Amino acid sequence: MTGVPLVVTASPHLAPRDTTPRIMWHVVASLVPVIGAAAWFFGASALLVIAAATSGAVAAEWRFGSGRTLADGSAVITGLLLGLTLPAGIPLWMAALGGGFGIGFAKLVFGGLGYNVFNPALVGRAFLQAAFPVAITTWPAPGTGFWNLRGDNFAWPGARGAADAVTSATPLGLLKFEGQDTPLASLVLGTTGGSLGETAALVILLGGAYLAWRGYLNWRIPVSILATVALLSAAIHSLDSTRPGPGFMIFSGGLMLGAVYMATDLVTAPVTNRGRWAYGIGIGALVVVIRLWGGLPEGVMYAILLMNAVVPFLNRATHPRVFGTGRRVTG
Amino acid sequence: MGEARGEVQLSPRLSWTRFGFRHGVHPAEAKELTRGLPIRRMPYPDEIVLPLRQHAGKPARLSVAVGDHVERGDEVGQADGFLSVPIHASAAGSVTGVEWWPHPDGSMAEAVRIKVDRFAPQVARERLVPRWDGLTRAAVVQAVQAAGVVGLGGAAFPTHVKLVPPEDQPIETLIVNGAECEPYLTSDHRIMVEYPGRVHFGIQVMMHALGAARCVIGVERNKPDAIRALRETGLGRAGVEVLPLTVKYPQGAEKMLIHAVTGREVPSGKLPAAVGVLVQNVGSVAAIAEVFETGLPLIERIVTVSGHGLRRPANLIVPVGTKLRDLLGFCEGLTAEAAQVIVGGPMMGLAQANLDAPVTKGTTGVVVLARSEARSDRIYPCIHCGRCLDACPMFLNPALLGDLARMGRYHEMAELHLADCMLCGSCAYVCPSNLPLAQLFQASKVALRRLPPQVA
Repeated sequence: MTGVPLVVTASPHLAPRDTTPRIMWHVVASLVPVIGAAAWFFGASALLVIAAATSGAVAAEWRFGSGRTLADGSAVITGLLLGLTLPAGIPLWMAALGGGFGIGFAKLVFGGLGYNVFNPALVGRAFLQAAFPVAITTWPAPGTGFWNLRGDNFAWPGARGAADAVTSATPLGLLKFEGQDTPLASLVLGTTGGSLGETAALVILLGGAYLAWRGYLNWRIPVSILATVALLSAAIHSLDSTRPGPGFMIFSGGLMLGAVYMATDLVTAPVTNRGRWAYGIGIGALVVVIRLWGGLPEGVMYAILLMNAVVPFLNRATHPRVFGTGRRVTG
Repeated sequence: MGEARGEVQLSPRLSWTRFGFRHGVHPAEAKELTRGLPIRRMPYPDEIVLPLRQHAGKPARLSVAVGDHVERGDEVGQADGFLSVPIHASAAGSVTGVEWWPHPDGSMAEAVRIKVDRFAPQVARERLVPRWDGLTRAAVVQAVQAAGVVGLGGAAFPTHVKLVPPEDQPIETLIVNGAECEPYLTSDHRIMVEYPGRVHFGIQVMMHALGAARCVIGVERNKPDAIRALRETGLGRAGVEVLPLTVKYPQGAEKMLIHAVTGREVPSGKLPAAVGVLVQNVGSVAAIAEVFETGLPLIERIVTVSGHGLRRPANLIVPVGTKLRDLLGFCEGLTAEAAQVIVGGPMMGLAQANLDAPVTKGTTGVVVLARSEARSDRIYPCIHCGRCLDACPMFLNPALLGDLARMGRYHEMAELHLADCMLCGSCAYVCPSNLPLAQLFQASKVALRRLPPQVA
């Protein structure tokens, strides 16, 4: 009995069921079917782009991070999510650069995991959109053979684009710039142009449902975003029938990926439940406003980034009443 | 009210506002190791070590000298003022030393070492506590203090002090805490199953002393046999009812229990008397009864010895002052998997570095955790998942408090109601990043007491 070394720790002594890496790797696992869907629609290009974005993110985390942080899986999530927001034909070096920028400038400069204000994947994408506006809005059409690359994936930096791939505008682009509608069925099934993760709404919902069931994402955020978009667009559609209806708005563009995977990023979302509702409603409203009245066809990225910025305020404003007191704390 | 509720309702789901509280956590109960084991008496060890500080308040004053012979129940330390209780010898023997000795709270404390007389009959000299019948309220309070009775739920607050509530805040309801929400512990459970009569007798004494008209025994629904035993024994007792409670940690925390029973929140910074309530642990109630029944002071207590790192778990009557080493030895020792020895439950108990520390009056259990259950020493940054906010029964923001604690911003923590934190550890238990939140808050509370108040 005396031979057993005793461990002395502070209470509580029981190990928690979940650990941060476990949560992160579960998110990664739940993205595998989404990546599979992207590969189904866009072939080898999809895998190449996602792999490039992920290597960029992981390389930045490894080079500039504080050592052992790669194992927590968060850099991999950033890379995968960034890859899913890109078009299949983007040169790989751009995807990798976006991943590195997202991790380096949106995460590590803030202090690494847990300290960042903005979603790193979306900052990476915003950077690419500002730096390479053409490459990031050249949307190849889905389904033209697996090994058929969808653009100049292997172009070197500075090379002139010699793209002869089949491209097709995204449903949102068609609507905004050509006033053309897309059937809902093709939106739901994903047989439209768009970024890698834009086209697999059902698979994304399944992944999100799994994570919500495990308690790894908070269902209030996607539900409030999607409900806000649906209600607002239904109201606007009933006033002006040239505006898109709720079905189109929900299943087009990056809304599903954004609502389920980007807005629910634990680090950059509010910690209180009332804050999560407000955050989701804000994102939903901004998406509708940007899509219908903004200069861009798609607004999910900016909607989430803008709401990221007010999360500290939401946390402070929505803290629940402390037990045994009559007032709310403002922390 | 009691009649209307009728049979024991065992459905796990009812309202969480009544019979329970909001937030909280569900650690694995692990009570199956000992909940069916009858209470047994442990033999006297060779040596008893009695710290003079076993209760909240002032430590007892030494009243024996080295070489003295003591009988079972003799005083070895006197109460030092009203907020103090005496310490009594739990076995006959001779005092071999008065020295600094490891205390289960991790510090060293002045303690009386008694070499137990192996051939003594271990019978007390005389009735040391008067019979209950006909005692006035003041005499009951005095007898309870003289018997050295303290709260046996862990905090060890002198019981007689609670029996004298402030004049302007009369106690209407006595709540007996039979929740026992800590994993592994079953001592209160076994007391309720095996000594329900004693619980009711103790309630009678306390209601008399307090002048309370009503008593509610709160028991978590996972102890149907205890609820049944208390109901059957208590038939016909006016004003006493048994209330099954939601199974959730920390249901046994005073404020959570009061909320479950009365639906009222004890105001921040106030005592339960502010809502006309007094809470007493069921083990303490039974101890009061035992003291008046046997005439012996509090010299032994019921302890759950359990855990996946222990060979033979048990519920034992243990003489106060028995060293953990002897107690664990009686339970056939630790397994190779054992990692931690904890005095109390695994959520709020204290990990021991030295098995020479003795069982004190406040020792509810001794739990030996296996390596697979113990926390890892790897922590991650806070990822703001918000689980701690959903776990905190006081509705604090542990994530933010944790950040402030690490930056030493204690005054800001005070403004965010650090004082309302009862260190239940629910936040740290659910934290995926394994942050030692409860430890940070305890350290911050200590730091705050040492700091001068901030000038606004």
